[in-house]
Amino acid sequence: MNHTEKIQHSLKKRHAREKRFRLYGLLSVSISILFLLSLLGDIGFKGMPAFWQTKVKLDIHLDPERLGLGPNPDQDDLFQANYQRLIADTLTRMFPDAKTRQQRRALKNLVSKSAAYELRDAVIANPQLLGQTRPFWFLAKDDVDVYMKGRIDRNLPESQRRIKDYQLAWIDTLKSQGRLKQGFNTTFFTNSDSREPEQAGIRGAFTGSMLTMLVTLSLAFPIGVLAALYLEEFAPQNNRWVDLIEININNLAAVPSIVFGLLGLAVFIGFFGVPRSAPLAGGLVLTLMTLPTIIITSRAAIKAVPNSIREAALALGASKTQVAFGHVLPLSLPGILTGTIIGMAQALGETAPLLLIGMVAFVADVPHSIFDPSTALPVQIYLWADSPERAFVERTSAAIIVLLLFLMAMNALAVFMRKKFENKW
Amino acid sequence: MNVTSLLLVLVSIALLGYFGGYRKARALSSSAKTHSRPQYHGYLVALWALLPALAVLMAWTMSQEAIITRLVMSELPATAQHQSAAERSLFINQFKNLAQAKKSAVDESGVSLPNEEDDPLTNQAANRYLHWQERSQVARTLAVITLAALAIWLTLRRLRASFQARNRVEKIIQFIMMLSASIAILTTVGIVFSVLFEALQFFRHVPITEFLFGTHWNPQTAIRADQVGGSGSFGAIPLFTGTLLISLIALSVAVPLGLFSAIYLAEYASPRVRAIAKPVMEMLAGIPTVVYGFFAALTVAPLIRQTAESLGLSASSESTLAAGLVMGIMIIPFVSSLSDDVISAVPQILRDGSYAMGATKSETIKQVIIPAALPGIVGGVLLAASRAIGETMIVVMAAGLAANLTANPLDSVTTVTTQIVTLLTGDQEFDSPKTLAAFALGLGLFVVTLGLNIISLYVVRKYREQYE
Repeated sequence: MNHTEKIQHSLKKRHAREKRFRLYGLLSVSISILFLLSLLGDIGFKGMPAFWQTKVKLDIHLDPERLGLGPNPDQDDLFQANYQRLIADTLTRMFPDAKTRQQRRALKNLVSKSAAYELRDAVIANPQLLGQTRPFWFLAKDDVDVYMKGRIDRNLPESQRRIKDYQLAWIDTLKSQGRLKQGFNTTFFTNSDSREPEQAGIRGAFTGSMLTMLVTLSLAFPIGVLAALYLEEFAPQNNRWVDLIEININNLAAVPSIVFGLLGLAVFIGFFGVPRSAPLAGGLVLTLMTLPTIIITSRAAIKAVPNSIREAALALGASKTQVAFGHVLPLSLPGILTGTIIGMAQALGETAPLLLIGMVAFVADVPHSIFDPSTALPVQIYLWADSPERAFVERTSAAIIVLLLFLMAMNALAVFMRKKFENKW
Repeated sequence: MNVTSLLLVLVSIALLGYFGGYRKARALSSSAKTHSRPQYHGYLVALWALLPALAVLMAWTMSQEAIITRLVMSELPATAQHQSAAERSLFINQFKNLAQAKKSAVDESGVSLPNEEDDPLTNQAANRYLHWQERSQVARTLAVITLAALAIWLTLRRLRASFQARNRVEKIIQFIMMLSASIAILTTVGIVFSVLFEALQFFRHVPITEFLFGTHWNPQTAIRADQVGGSGSFGAIPLFTGTLLISLIALSVAVPLGLFSAIYLAEYASPRVRAIAKPVMEMLAGIPTVVYGFFAALTVAPLIRQTAESLGLSASSESTLAAGLVMGIMIIPFVSSLSDDVISAVPQILRDGSYAMGATKSETIKQVIIPAALPGIVGGVLLAASRAIGETMIVVMAAGLAANLTANPLDSVTTVTTQIVTLLTGDQEFDSPKTLAAFALGLGLFVVTLGLNIISLYVVRKYREQYE
């Protein structure tokens, strides 16, 4: 056998190997993309129902006597009256078959605890309602809500369900009377965190995130841009200090985020006395984290401005600072802004350092300033993910959807800006 | 005045200063040619009004709390002075809380809080605290505003037609720019010192050899130092092995998938496929880690558990495998995009030479391109490894808390980052060994990831020089 024959012999094998190799590559790409899709799909499937919420209609007789109110109640009386009793009365009247203690408690738990507050607010807003019988739509309790969305299988044996047979009967009755409806879940966007899943919303966490981002942006953007301009335009060559700065920036970009949390805890909170759990502390930590990203991308954008522009300006008598701020900075601004948006998107999704500086506390209020205790959207996701209730799984996924939409919008904006304002020199 | 309104006042003073400088320079320019344009005179006045006052404001605000606390403590009768450090800090906390409550009561209703229930000493301290706080605020406002006004007056006096205002403004701006750039160094120094300082304190409680080589981790008992067996055990070996196990699983997912994806995208894919697949794969790196953690804990872990049980294996509900797999997917882009870059950077001549010898595409890749690009690929893998070791949310949510010394991926292990989070999210004293242990772990984490980063940056840079 000569060489040509040998080669021809092995050719088939070699081509098969080639095909296999190519297939491995294709498979790898497909697996990665498939995983991404299944992650998004899973979260979408789990989270979409949270944007709908079941409501229950009850005809409440606003009996001043049952509320313990005199003939001319003032604001305080109205505020402190026992509205819960009216709701319990109404439900008992509708379903007299609830006999045992357990059943009566289950009956009250058809509607959310927030119903009493809604009733109170309605009466305070319009005291003329007293003595009348009015229909009210209340939030349904989370178990009812989850059942209505078909996430509880009624064919399971009773002991394995969170909803018992008698509760199912009540729900069926309510449904047949048209007293149950599903509507867009506005509560999810207008309420803050709550122990009751049906009342829990993302407004507090969202506001906290926005305040934190505000602190981060207002510090990281100017500092990052000035640092990048300095390093590209002014820094002396072969200077030890400048080399040290560059090494530090590159290394900080890869330091685990949790280490920044430790820094924030020890320095900002422990040493400078920044209030714990406040967006200010979170914003400061995230500033240090995003600075390397912003500096590195800004430097790339500044480097892309051709030297002829600098030389033209210098030739016309501009000073170095005037060249930097009057010509280089405006021309590289689109690139810098793109990098800033990407850095901010990273900061928005960051969780670990915020846990360490105490933004994990249960906060039921919407923060009003950067000094108030608050949480952030990703931290809220972490907190809800720990809750055992089925309805919280749904809300966690919905919060993730909101977060991902924001990140996507930010990244799309960055891509758009890069395409739109990209200068070809 | 609080900080926000004081800042607003300062800015308006600086604006006034700007107009003052501008007008004076305009007036000067009518009689002689000025060296700098009028707005630079304005900038200079405004900068001098702003910067020293800001520095004083910052220094005052940062130090006032400590000074006032010391003042209040020194004013108290002798009984309050002779307390142990712990009692002292408890007392300080108490009167600060009381002062806070009094302040908010006054703010909301205008009535001061009745102080019957409180211990008279605490009450006295709280009152003094509030008193000094008020004094300090007034003094701070006065100091800052006077300083700004004085600076404006002094600067305005110096303005002449020949005054080089622009050069001075540019000097100040350059100085500010250098300060901004130096924040990177300051951050590193801050990290090293804060972590090192607390870690050294920890090693005073627990010998460093026990921490590094002990095989038993159970920080919980350390809270009650006076109880039997209350020393707590801080042997970090199980955490290190746990971190290593999860990172190895992650890397064994990410390296083959990332590398093959990079090869396919760089060498085989058509430009259209590449234009779509590359950004989609990079999305994997853009998804917040808390989302991966949720997915690992609620979807992947139950799936693995069911599969293992149907195979007759016992799996813990917090499985190492779930955390490792999901983390591996997360770091695919770190491997793939860096490898993609270095593979694309291999000169075309090398490929052409190989084809000319009759090699197939895959043979060229395996025997020419990969060896040429290897340093860059190794750099990418090291970077991915450092990500995996430092990753927090996935393991906090999906891996367990039990410090098991095991290599079974179906068992639950804990990691360094998980322990840092659990040690620091509870309520405890700042100086207890339990909290300090978190900083010692942080030090280890920082050193290891820093080492990996430096090596990988070095390797990548070395490689780049080769073909340039």
